[in-house]
Amino acid sequence: MVNTEISGIEGEPGNFKLSIIRKPRYVEPSKCTGCGVCAQYCPVEAIDTYNAGMGVVPGIFVEYQQAVPLIYTINREVCIGCGLCAEYCEADAVDYSQKEKKQILDVGAVILAAGTETYDAETLTEYGYGRFKNVVNSKEFERILSASGPFRGLVLRASDGVEPNSIAFIQCVGSRSLVKGNEYCSSACCMYAVKEAVVAKEHLHGLDINIFFMDIRAYGKDFDKYVERAKDSGIKFTRSRVSNIKQDNKTNNLWITYESEDGNLKTEEFGMVVLSHGLCTSPSSKELAEKLGVELDRFGFCKTDEFSPIQSSRPGIFVSGAFQGPKDIPETVMQSSGAASLCSELLISERGALIEKEEYPPKIEVLGVGPRIGVFVCYCGINIGGYVDVPEVAKYAESLEGVVYVDTNLFTCSQDSQELVKQKITEQKLNRVVVASCTPRTHEPLFQETCESAGLNRYLFSMANIRDQCSWVHMQTREEATEKAKDLVRMAVAKARLLEPLERLTFDLTKKGLVIGGGLAGMTAALGLARQGYEAILVEREKELGGNLSHIYYTPSGKDVQVLLKSLIKQVKDEQNITIYTNSEITEIDGFIGNYRTKIKEKDSNGEKEVEHGIVIIATGGKENKPKEYLYGKNDKIITQRELEENLSNPKSKILNPKSVVMIQCVESRDDKNAYCSRYCCTQAVKNGLKIKEKFPESSIYILYRDIRTYGTKEVYFNEAREKGIIFIRYDENNKPEISEENGNINVVVNDHLLKRDLSIVCDYLVLSPGMLPQDDNEDYAKMLKVPLNEDGFFLEAHMKLRPVDFATDGIYMCGICHSPKMLDETIAQANAAVSRACTILSQDVVKADGTVAYVNKYKCAACGTCETVCAFGAVKVVEKETRGGIERYAEVTEALCKGCGACASSCRMSAIDIRGYADKDIIAIIENF
Amino acid sequence: MSKKIGAVAVIGGGIGGIQASLDLADSGFKVYLIETKPSIGGLMSQLDKTFPTNDCAM
Repeated sequence: MVNTEISGIEGEPGNFKLSIIRKPRYVEPSKCTGCGVCAQYCPVEAIDTYNAGMGVVPGIFVEYQQAVPLIYTINREVCIGCGLCAEYCEADAVDYSQKEKKQILDVGAVILAAGTETYDAETLTEYGYGRFKNVVNSKEFERILSASGPFRGLVLRASDGVEPNSIAFIQCVGSRSLVKGNEYCSSACCMYAVKEAVVAKEHLHGLDINIFFMDIRAYGKDFDKYVERAKDSGIKFTRSRVSNIKQDNKTNNLWITYESEDGNLKTEEFGMVVLSHGLCTSPSSKELAEKLGVELDRFGFCKTDEFSPIQSSRPGIFVSGAFQGPKDIPETVMQSSGAASLCSELLISERGALIEKEEYPPKIEVLGVGPRIGVFVCYCGINIGGYVDVPEVAKYAESLEGVVYVDTNLFTCSQDSQELVKQKITEQKLNRVVVASCTPRTHEPLFQETCESAGLNRYLFSMANIRDQCSWVHMQTREEATEKAKDLVRMAVAKARLLEPLERLTFDLTKKGLVIGGGLAGMTAALGLARQGYEAILVEREKELGGNLSHIYYTPSGKDVQVLLKSLIKQVKDEQNITIYTNSEITEIDGFIGNYRTKIKEKDSNGEKEVEHGIVIIATGGKENKPKEYLYGKNDKIITQRELEENLSNPKSKILNPKSVVMIQCVESRDDKNAYCSRYCCTQAVKNGLKIKEKFPESSIYILYRDIRTYGTKEVYFNEAREKGIIFIRYDENNKPEISEENGNINVVVNDHLLKRDLSIVCDYLVLSPGMLPQDDNEDYAKMLKVPLNEDGFFLEAHMKLRPVDFATDGIYMCGICHSPKMLDETIAQANAAVSRACTILSQDVVKADGTVAYVNKYKCAACGTCETVCAFGAVKVVEKETRGGIERYAEVTEALCKGCGACASSCRMSAIDIRGYADKDIIAIIENF
Repeated sequence: MSKKIGAVAVIGGGIGGIQASLDLADSGFKVYLIETKPSIGGLMSQLDKTFPTNDCAM
């Protein structure tokens, strides 16, 4: 429901009445085909908000070419009502008379994922945004870099349309400031700026780029490696908060004044400046929150609790993404899946109640009948019709072998044309259908659905792309374009003649989940599965549940973590749907999605138990590094942050009234051995520093750091720490602090950048932040499940941004620190997300494979294993079978996992593998008909 | 207590709202995905590429 606004909500969790207002788009969605002819004739223009205000769009528009839904909208603020769009719309879709409609939706739960705004850089007058043409904000620069942007991907200056020689990025614009803008860190800007810099340099190789920053907050998985690559490519990083920007009025170049690290004031000239403006809330988010009756925090983000990061203040309304606080894409995706899981828990009794099932007519038998092909050639309005002689293509199609029926449609994809196709399948006894129109990427599923609803197997369909690959690229040469369209149709018909019906195989499904690891992530995941009605098998290597959570005592806001731990353990133990195996290890996992068999062995016994389950959630956690540096283990006053926290929470603690405590960050972290940032340590050090200050206000605390990474709203604790007198001293990774021990005293020497000299601090306690290491058994699980680890030893997800919980192999999910080090609330969100992803499988009756899967001719197979190596989905493996003739080895496909990508088939030296529907014979037929 | 309803309203059609909607629809719930703009996609649709893979954001 687009163009829709919320006006209010009534009711209770499980049964709400949500009032909405549907704004008119003045175009009938069921008729509009997105062809775009209307926009070509529209005489008025509006500001292109999609391109961040750079450029204009017609008064009847789509936001961008790939927009979903691809339906035009009239902007009534600029429309003069001339009627040209209505006149030229061949689908008769324009309707000026549409009115706003009020509607009430009956829903059981609500997810608030309304996102965030970007900070208005014009407020900070010293940067000249809005006055100087070549100062842009990062959203505008993102559009400038894009091929669909205002300059078609060329990096150009707005003042003169010339490529800049140099670009400065200024970080923390509107963020991390107690004076102007917002106090919090916006979490995403450091990394998007580095990305924009890298991409800009790809566009313009000689470009000089300088990023002015306070701390580089590359706290996420593999982020530091990306920053290092950027440095290697020649991008400069300057640690300084820029005070002002001036413009050279002749050249429109910009002069940046800043204080360099050696304390001198410097001025540098740049061709362009990009302001990395932060994320912020808007008056509309406040209004929305009021209408829904949910509370916001003091920054205007949705208020949540550290222990329930997805739950808003109103039961039944859940929250995800940047509406809850500034965050990057993967955290947004995790939290959103997590929110879906909590909705499912709430509405579990109604699962499936409102889902409509499609009913199909009896199947048309095609075996033993010669091909009777129907060809439908589409005009696509004027998209094809304007540049290709469609009637001639249709006439030509009639002459092709096997073709018994040909028709042309203005829009083959429109609803009435679909009905016509169905009718013709029956009437003409068609057993193969070819559509010559646009791209199968967007329209193949639609046409396959049409075939199926007429009783024809969905794989008896073939498509010729005579728009994207023909009319759009040969607009000036009608005759040649028509000839090419004929070629494409002939090739598609050749393939159609060979098409065979394919069945989508189905497999049984064991509606149980295996959760590996009984820490916060594992327990949360097991509870989630159980509450959605599925049995969970929870396996923990230690004697007690709890994992890393057992060693955390309080959150930065002061909440008692041990209360959470005890409550979780109790809930898990009380839950009938959870079977717990502690002090146990997994020795073998066999099978695939829906059908796993796993052997669990209790450590001190010989017996093994075999369990069956349909999915696997990996939650093996991580372990705190025990450093070898800084005399750790040789002096009992040199401890880790975790040990400090345990001490500070123990009433019998030996740490009493320390005069001076020094903390060193990034110990054996972000170095050659452990290249990654452990994300939580900065916040942990600030949290523990504040705890010491609370207990012993007279103590002096020094935190020696490389970059302070208290991202998001955690920045407030960093500010509080500074306010309470905790001293932060930055050290360089090439000039680490040195420590010595004399008469039981610990002396720390660190080079202070601001004072430009070595400081010597005698301390009672030296606290090290050594980061988190992956578990040793990650490798065993990676082998058992055939899933990858990244180079640091953490599990590697299917996609760093969009699939942060999934593996490429279906049916296996991850959550918590085994994915990468993270904070407690993030672990809870990811564990709920893993449950959500798993339940998309467990809630099905069977596991369905696609029809276009690989198959092996075992008599040709040499069992070389190449296919197994190239398969990204773990769907092919070489098996050994005993037969009467001896042991046979050959590759076998697990259809349930196969995505039909063809990697195995194209790499097979023996031509022993083919993809159903895309076998060599099919491809050769297409080529021979070219 | 009134009867529960097996439908969820997801407010916001950006990457977060889309992910939540897909998960819910794939696990047996009716979803109303509500967006104020004329198309879904949100902020992410305006991004050119995403790190660390420099994949196209579209």
